[in-house]
Amino acid sequence: MKVSKISKEQKKEEIVKTACKLFAKNGYYNTTIPDIAEALGMSVGNLYNYFKSKEELAKYIMQYSSKLLGEEIRNINEMDLPTKEKIFLLVKRFIEIAEENPELIDYFLRVFLSNREVFSKGCEGFLCVQEVVTEIMLFLEEGVKKGDLRNQDLFTAFVTIMGPLGGLVFLKGENILMDNPLKYSEELAENIWRALKA
Amino acid sequence: MKTLLWIQGLTCNGNTHSLLNAENPSFYDIFSKIKLLFHPAISSDEDLIKIIKDITQNKISLTFLVVEGSITKNKSFCRVGDFSIAEIIDQLKDKAEFIIAVGNCASFGNIPALYKENTNVVGLQYIFTEKKGLLPPNFKTKSGYPVINISGCPIHPAWFMQTILALYYEKPLILDAFNRPKEIYMYLPHDGCIRNEYFEWKEESEEFGHKEGCLFYNLGCKGPLTHAPCNKILWNRTSSKTRAGMPCLGCTEFNFPLRENYFETKKNIGIPEEVPLGVSKRAYITISGVAKSLRNERVKKKLEETD
Ligand code: SF4
Ligand code: SF4
Repeated sequence: MKVSKISKEQKKEEIVKTACKLFAKNGYYNTTIPDIAEALGMSVGNLYNYFKSKEELAKYIMQYSSKLLGEEIRNINEMDLPTKEKIFLLVKRFIEIAEENPELIDYFLRVFLSNREVFSKGCEGFLCVQEVVTEIMLFLEEGVKKGDLRNQDLFTAFVTIMGPLGGLVFLKGENILMDNPLKYSEELAENIWRALKA
Repeated sequence: MKTLLWIQGLTCNGNTHSLLNAENPSFYDIFSKIKLLFHPAISSDEDLIKIIKDITQNKISLTFLVVEGSITKNKSFCRVGDFSIAEIIDQLKDKAEFIIAVGNCASFGNIPALYKENTNVVGLQYIFTEKKGLLPPNFKTKSGYPVINISGCPIHPAWFMQTILALYYEKPLILDAFNRPKEIYMYLPHDGCIRNEYFEWKEESEEFGHKEGCLFYNLGCKGPLTHAPCNKILWNRTSSKTRAGMPCLGCTEFNFPLRENYFETKKNIGIPEEVPLGVSKRAYITISGVAKSLRNERVKKKLEETD
């Protein structure tokens, strides 16, 4: 029982990665379930065993990425470090994850942000990205409580962190960056720190 | 007959007023069962000093010593005859079966303990969170109980009457971490608050006295963080602060007067610094975010306009 459950999860992960790439490359509407099944070398029927619809798969991909990134930020949150150092770590880890899973970031930028109608039911607001949002909120709250960060509206602080990170990986995706994205990490972290500090 | 002696330290008399409001049993009912030896606001002919002397000389047995108000050794702030209130308690502490601190002042020092002019103001066994009140931390009365704290500013009369009745009928009392009877203080004002639906969906009141909205996020309600049954045992059998649209101030807690702004929730980056008891900040943020995204249309309307 247990073995097959693990392999089901692994299979789902495989589907997520492949579907994610296709969605990001060809667009959400131009990608069909048969396309995804074909790329995976599995039957359409079998794919439906994992996801009941394309929409369900699209939402699952977001939840999957949110969990992945949320866990990484949570690890940083739980470290006993000054807020400034945490910002540096956060930026570095985010860029690393984007490098390790470019398809997830592409998907976020090209599908999640561009096809909001697909996500408007059951994935609206922060519902599918709750883990990331929660961890960033906790991170900011603790920084303010410690007196390291300036107390301000959550949303301005939130986009001050997430905006630049998204921006950098977008530039990387467009092949505009001169250097490896990690090279920009320190300076970007410094900018974010200066923008948020008390 | 069981006896009761009520004495006062530094107090505004609030708990005495509550006592006079008691019902089931009423003030008169209870004192037909228990002999009231003396109460500063009621007794006129009795001589308190003589009563105290008779107790110390075992001529009168003392069942309940009830103390209202905070305690100081400094006679220029509070005296009973020639004695400071601390000296009176010292004389009586081993004679009483039970010592009951009524109100936050006697329990935890409360507002008088913030005096700058007299830094020697304490509760009977506590000073705020610390067990550094007048009586030592391991102090117990003859009955084996520590000082029984009935906290509140003021107490609800039923809290006092229930406690006295339980002890009168020799029922065991379970006490919480601050020596308050569990039966009363295991509830939160949040339990039974009619605004729970709004709390759940994170729909907040912006103004006092409105029927709609929860008072937690904008108006400083301490209902989810305070031990008191205010929405279970209503005030005057009618209402409570939160029912009326006034935030709970947390008046039953040891740290009640240490807060800075009672009508505001301290927030960092929009997140309440203190979250409801029993939940982590992470869980609170997650659940609030989800509740907000789900939008409940009913709680966005005026009650009169709902279906
Ligand atoms: S008003 Fe206070 S007690 Fe009532 S639901 Fe809101 S937080 Fe709880
Ligand atoms: S609602 Fe809060 S402030 Fe009001 S009496 Fe109850 S515990 Fe005290």
